[in-house]
Amino acid sequence: MKNERYELNKELAQMLKGGVIMDVTNAEQAKIAQEAGACAVMALERIPADIRAAGGVSRMSDPKLIKEIQAAVTIPVMAKIRIGHFVEAQVLEALEIDYIDESEVLSPADDIYHVNKHEFKVPFVCGAKNLGEALRRISEGASMIRTKGEPGTGDVIQAVKHTRLIMSEIRNVQSLREDELFVKAKELQVPYDLVKYVHENGKLPVVNFAAGGVATPADAALMMQLGAEGVFVGSGIFKSGNPARRAAAIVKAVTNYNDPKILAEVSENLGEAMVGINEEEIQLLMRERGI
Amino acid sequence: MQIGILALQGAFIEHAKMLKALGIGSFEIRQKKDLSKPMNGLILPGGESTTMYKLLVDLDMAEKVKELIESGMPVFGTCAGLLLLAKTVHNYKQAYMQTMDIVAKKNAFGRQLGSFRATGTFNGVTDVTFVFIRAPYIESVGEGVEVLAEIDGLIVAARQKNQLVTAFHPELTTNPTIHKYFIKMCEKAMK
Repeated sequence: MKNERYELNKELAQMLKGGVIMDVTNAEQAKIAQEAGACAVMALERIPADIRAAGGVSRMSDPKLIKEIQAAVTIPVMAKIRIGHFVEAQVLEALEIDYIDESEVLSPADDIYHVNKHEFKVPFVCGAKNLGEALRRISEGASMIRTKGEPGTGDVIQAVKHTRLIMSEIRNVQSLREDELFVKAKELQVPYDLVKYVHENGKLPVVNFAAGGVATPADAALMMQLGAEGVFVGSGIFKSGNPARRAAAIVKAVTNYNDPKILAEVSENLGEAMVGINEEEIQLLMRERGI
Repeated sequence: MQIGILALQGAFIEHAKMLKALGIGSFEIRQKKDLSKPMNGLILPGGESTTMYKLLVDLDMAEKVKELIESGMPVFGTCAGLLLLAKTVHNYKQAYMQTMDIVAKKNAFGRQLGSFRATGTFNGVTDVTFVFIRAPYIESVGEGVEVLAEIDGLIVAARQKNQLVTAFHPELTTNPTIHKYFIKMCEKAMK
């Protein structure tokens, strides 16, 4: 029964593929996101750029806000918990959230242990910046992975770096001899069975999205061409000049990520992109949280 | 035989894999020009129906898809694909292409916690695994619509002439019963 639940949770992620998951902070934004073609929304009190600007401890959103967003849209609603905060996860499960993001964007609640996600019926997505992190989260019960990138910056460099690294590490595992997989599992600090799966299938055992710094349609298409199966856009939409237009453009860019003509069309006249900050200008590296 | 698979968003690769296992070729439909390629059948996959319909309209494809279906092209809609074809979506502000005379209910089993797996009978074939992911069901069917599967008295698969729909995801299983049924529909249409 538990195993069946995990399969169903992985399968929901399969339905999200080729789509854009957008951060929203209220019911109004959630509706705009759905109208623009988002395949799911992430309910948050503050988007990552504002969390970064405000500083202080950042926590799970108010359940009231999450319920309002659930009532406003028919697409899946996700929400974030602090790394390791299994009680926040219990709260979100009680709200019947569609996906929990155990996220480095919030202040970690535990600097050693992640949530044992096998204990829950609702699915979890977790961030990763390399193959070892991705497989550790999966062994803890995550049914979807996203790159960490560097949230709230509008700077795509880290999402690119993490996607490239995960893809190249997968290719490396594929190229190994069978008898080398045991040491690989030791090096990556992950169970042998997961390494074997990657070796045989050339992919993660769950769906893999890109996240953390995507701000334009071209950014989104870049992530897709690098091998992501879909994209999270956090601050990039509602920190921009014309959110509805930009959101719809990013959705189209993810569908036709290989067609430069369509990418040119949708990139036109979107208004101002989020200002963004270069990664060397920032103090707080969210990607270093939870390894 | 070539089957076109709508690949705007969702689980379209899973359909291509199932067809490949059955020795059937397929191609992805991502924009209007792809709809002009020769095809013997069309699959509308699972995913988010609002996303797919928004893209069908924005990419100027909705009318052409509707025309193809109305001209007799065999079409197979799973989950979101069912919603795209339904004449009425009972609990949502809009219906989409409205080519099939069924009333569908969106997210009819609730949120992800309501997703489930069951074993049922499809058109007389027993022991078929049905995977429901935030699935709809069919509340009622019009005249000329054949009910092909039910779960607890709820209609979860149906056919009206060239249109086949399932509320569940046969493409997520290894049982090819329903894809084979669709390929037969395509073969008949070719004659």
